[in-house]
Amino acid sequence: MDMNVSKKKLGIKERYAHMTRGLGWEPTYQPAEAVFPYDKYEGIKIHDWDKWVDPFRLTMDAYWKYQGEKDRKLYAVIEAFAQNNGHLNITDARYLSAIKLFWQGVSPLENYVVQGFARAGRHFRGEASRIACQMQAVDELRHYQTQTHSISNYNKYYNGFHSQRHMWDRVWYLSVPKSFGEDALSAGPFEFLIAISFSFEYVLTNLLFVPFMSGAAYNGDMSTVTFGFSAQSDESRHMTLGIEAIKFLLEQDPANVPIVQGWIDKWFWRGSKVLALVGMMMDYMLPKRVMSWKEAWEIYAEENGGALFRDLARYGIRPPKGWADACEAKNHISHQIWLLFYEYGGATAFHTWSPTNEELDWLSAKYPDSFDKYYRPRLEFLRDKHARGGRVYQTTLPALCTTCQIPLCFTEPGDPTKISHRETVHEGEKYVFCSGHCQEIFSNEPEKFVQSWLPVNQIYQGNCFNPDVDPTAPDFDPLKAVLEYFHYNLGRDNGDFEGSEDQQNFAKWRGQAGHN
Amino acid sequence: MSVEIKAVEIKPLRNTFTNVAELIGGDKPASRYQEATLGNQATAHMHYRPTWEPEFELFDPRRSAIQMREWYDLRDPRQLYYSSWTIQRAKEQETQEANFDFVESRRLHLSLPPDVKKLAVDVLIPLRHAAWGANMNNNEFCSRAFSEVLISPAIMQAMDNLGIAQYLTRLGLILDEPEILDTAKKQWMDSPAWQPLRHMTEDTFVIRDFMEIFVAQNFVIDGLLYPLIYDRFVDDTLTSRGGSAIAMMTSFMPLWFGQSSKWVDGVIKVVVAESEHNKALITQWTTQWRNRTIAALTPIAAMAFGDHQQTMLDEVVEQFNARAKKLGMTV
Repeated sequence: MDMNVSKKKLGIKERYAHMTRGLGWEPTYQPAEAVFPYDKYEGIKIHDWDKWVDPFRLTMDAYWKYQGEKDRKLYAVIEAFAQNNGHLNITDARYLSAIKLFWQGVSPLENYVVQGFARAGRHFRGEASRIACQMQAVDELRHYQTQTHSISNYNKYYNGFHSQRHMWDRVWYLSVPKSFGEDALSAGPFEFLIAISFSFEYVLTNLLFVPFMSGAAYNGDMSTVTFGFSAQSDESRHMTLGIEAIKFLLEQDPANVPIVQGWIDKWFWRGSKVLALVGMMMDYMLPKRVMSWKEAWEIYAEENGGALFRDLARYGIRPPKGWADACEAKNHISHQIWLLFYEYGGATAFHTWSPTNEELDWLSAKYPDSFDKYYRPRLEFLRDKHARGGRVYQTTLPALCTTCQIPLCFTEPGDPTKISHRETVHEGEKYVFCSGHCQEIFSNEPEKFVQSWLPVNQIYQGNCFNPDVDPTAPDFDPLKAVLEYFHYNLGRDNGDFEGSEDQQNFAKWRGQAGHN
Repeated sequence: MSVEIKAVEIKPLRNTFTNVAELIGGDKPASRYQEATLGNQATAHMHYRPTWEPEFELFDPRRSAIQMREWYDLRDPRQLYYSSWTIQRAKEQETQEANFDFVESRRLHLSLPPDVKKLAVDVLIPLRHAAWGANMNNNEFCSRAFSEVLISPAIMQAMDNLGIAQYLTRLGLILDEPEILDTAKKQWMDSPAWQPLRHMTEDTFVIRDFMEIFVAQNFVIDGLLYPLIYDRFVDDTLTSRGGSAIAMMTSFMPLWFGQSSKWVDGVIKVVVAESEHNKALITQWTTQWRNRTIAALTPIAAMAFGDHQQTMLDEVVEQFNARAKKLGMTV
């Protein structure tokens, strides 16, 4: 038989094109506008989807192979961690607050964006861009589920992990990441991509994912850090998607540039506010610190981000509007947020505490321009008060920024003694903001942000009590009622670390495991 | 005989998360599947209406006309979560890869009878576009569905669909020159035999009800296409004519269909049993899309089976109707 043996060898790029772009087609039985109804209304113009450069040429066979190998290893560690009481190897039970914050405030976002990337993965017209988004959708499912399984063991032994789902929809400080995620998901597919893939994954991942995972590595948390290492290659793919997406949009049409610039301004600022929570974690919650928030900001935002925006200048993109203010805030935000959470420590589902002298000295050294002048005296005052039996627990509710939903606790640029505060009257209603940038985000989309579900306002309106409580009863304690509505186990989830059940159990169990 | 290693035992404070405990009858040890998928849907105080669909909330079960008292009842009997899914697929991919290697190293693809090879190419290669259509539908289903118990298997199903489209592409590249893919796409776009299937596929792209997408694609279209093409055409017709190499190179598809059917049946059975309202809707969608699919597959069956086309189609439809009946429908 004559055999056709000299077949053309395909290059990787060509072969990948057959595996992806070649699969799609222009619909003719249904109008394209009906099949892809969402990719026009944001005003982005795409002339040639084929110009999309595939950020990673991964076919499903290779995807399954790599991911399967990674997950086999990861679950072996999760299993061993659970079997051998790995939780007792963390540096100190105070570290648990850092994972609680991650579990309560970050993991649900991973879950959220699964649907966002599936939507983008269905509704962009270019096949290659769709597949890149789909891979990220299924990766994000991985991250949510593996985080759930890594943290499952902590939940068995410690407080504050148990009702993450219920708390996410209700708790005052969780409305910060929740509104961030819902802002992105409720936007069109292009804004979603800039918000998550570019601003969050590309510009800010090193300030979110990496600090938590490095914190885990420094503090003996084998379960979380193994997840972190395992997710690293996924994260680099997601970053590549982010940079590819923005270059593609900018190259397609000059009219896209101002739209994309507006999104960069908005999402950089929104991202930097969410990151204040990470700053607090790095500077205060890690018994063994990795680096200060300020150092992380200087490396990952100022150096890397600066280089990125110099690179994007050729497209007509300038650094985000809030850039200078965010850079100045590196000296302050972690301290301001920690003080806020410390004072509202009765209403957080993680523990807060006063730093030790050694820790205060570390902060003084890391923040020579701000810590001793503005924050150390307050922290020492609060610690002394606590020592004298007067642990401060604020009970009056703070005003929340309508956009980022963080209580007004940040200070004016240039004046760290003055709380920053802005107001806008829109259709007869007054709205409050933490900064000019959040105010501007509102003004650009008032119809969106008037919908913000602001926990404090809702509490005042009586919308945050369980249905069976009677607010007219003589012994009604509104704060307690709200915390019950959040599903806190009062006295176990909240309050100071000193004397907490977590502190006591950890000490007792570690004793059991280490002595006879 | 057993050995027992002593480890320090610490009594846990609780066994699982409260959202999981509420759905498994109390605080007891939960499986990985349960912790990954139960009770994770955000349900309250959504901040902003979606700009792309302001008539609904961001997460909104009203995106389907199906009504469930408890969406988390729609569990996956396979109990797949990401890790078990990807590890299982990695194993299956290894087998599939070995099959490709076996065929290529023994040059089995070069010794196929020419008419068998042509028939395989004509029938199978355009189906990569149908698999891509399934991928689009499962992404849409995933993005619109309510509750993790559907969202999680939906995105895995979409990626499986993509994997199948890519396996069919590899099959084409092994059987012939790359141009074969362009020829198959032309057939998909223009040849009369493929138009009813393409027409129907495009019509599924505009379904907005997420449960209708699920029924149309995963139950009906797959439920008729896979048995017809992979059982009857590849495993029977082609193999009996010397084309077992084709069966080796597509062995993943019938295997996958068997697994995916378990999930689909598990979901539909519970939805149908929930209420007369649901039963009527699922029955209506099933009948409507079944009739469309039969019409769409008829010219392809003619190509694949010649004179036997009607018998083959009838058998497949009968098998499908029996499956629907087992799930509580009369179709």
